[in-house]
Amino acid sequence: MKPEKTPRALIFLDFLALLALATAFALVIFYAPFELTMGSVQKVFYFHVAAGLAGMLGFFVATIAAVACLKTGSLKWDVAGLAGVEIGMVLMALCIVSGSIWARPVWNTWWTWDPRLTTALIMELIYAAYLLLRSGLDDARRRAKLAAVYAVVGFISVPLTFFSIRVFRTIHPVMIGSADSSANGLFAMNPSMQTTFFSSLAAFSILFIALYWHRYRLGNLQAEINERRAALQEEGE
Amino acid sequence: MKPFIGAILAIFWKDLLAERRTREILGTMLVFALTVILVFVFAFDLSVEIRRKAAAGVIWVTLCFAGTISLNRSLTLERDREAINALLLAPVDRTAIFFGKALVNWVYLLITAAIIVPVYALLNNLSLFSWGGLGVILLGTLGYILTGTLLSTLTLQLRARDMLLPVLLFPVIIPLLLACVRASTILLQGGNPAELDTWLVMLVGYDLLFAAVGLLVFDRIIEE
Repeated sequence: MKPEKTPRALIFLDFLALLALATAFALVIFYAPFELTMGSVQKVFYFHVAAGLAGMLGFFVATIAAVACLKTGSLKWDVAGLAGVEIGMVLMALCIVSGSIWARPVWNTWWTWDPRLTTALIMELIYAAYLLLRSGLDDARRRAKLAAVYAVVGFISVPLTFFSIRVFRTIHPVMIGSADSSANGLFAMNPSMQTTFFSSLAAFSILFIALYWHRYRLGNLQAEINERRAALQEEGE
Repeated sequence: MKPFIGAILAIFWKDLLAERRTREILGTMLVFALTVILVFVFAFDLSVEIRRKAAAGVIWVTLCFAGTISLNRSLTLERDREAINALLLAPVDRTAIFFGKALVNWVYLLITAAIIVPVYALLNNLSLFSWGGLGVILLGTLGYILTGTLLSTLTLQLRARDMLLPVLLFPVIIPLLLACVRASTILLQGGNPAELDTWLVMLVGYDLLFAAVGLLVFDRIIEE
């Protein structure tokens, strides 16, 4: 059997993601205006929010895949869930690091125990535990089932964590939706800022889809290798 | 409904009887919990004022640590001599195993709490008892045990089972722990009663939610 080639559409998507990221980057550097009080560090915001939203999307996809995996028992959903978790973790880590860089001059601290920051950190811990759980299991069916249960349990606790820390006061600015006027580092977006913001959001969405497709494909190829290896071993015996 | 509750109680009594004869879980939990409290006192060199302020936090963290002992042990106990297969063969709803195990672990944790709270009060010359505090302990430990029993059933099937339970459990119970510590602190030192209500509602909600999750997924993960 001939090796399966990378689909054309995926290669196209890779280039599109690269182009969109380059465009968004250029817009952030050259086009977006400097914010009055925060200056150049405010420009972190464009990639910070886009990475955070794309990361959340990854975890959300993983949860849906986990529920589907528990319902159908299909291993394809397990691969889909793992892909969501891995990409979500990378993007969320980017979001946390870029947020810290922004917070140092604006909040005068690298880190604060605000609901968003804390929830993001705890999510990273939960999904790191998810990966550890997977590495402790050899049987693919059992691994899929147990990992799916943990993904669901973990995702249920995320909004609870957010809400419980929110009862304490927050200083994180809310850019979309209603904002607390006591938030630190809040600013109004003017049209050129909005253009930059939505183009970086689009760039990260395309990047997410491309990465997700790659990871899902890789997962399926891995599963196939494992199956064939098992079949060969049986033949040998 | 009646055979279901009967099955839960049967598992509960069986475990208590085994514990009475072997005395391996509760004793370890208690000694461990007391040691953790001691470690806290020395590690932070707590002054009287700080000891009073940190009481809720120290006690809850101690309970969380000690709880992992019984959570790990009460299920590996079944695994050791393949007793789990006999349990699974019993003609009852398998969720009864979940609630039976949760009940026995809950009782162990409550006994631990009933001992370490007075001991902490005594050692630090504080008054820690209140009816509200009792309610928070009942609700908080219940939520902890429900989540913990579910996850320790998960880790039962792993290679490094004892090692992984805290890693899986602690990030998930952060909201519960926060609610317990805040509610206890308000009860001990006074504070906004409206905030206390929020935390209590949160605790009840958490308990109900994780009882429901256990009910829904337990028989999927226990299959051998």
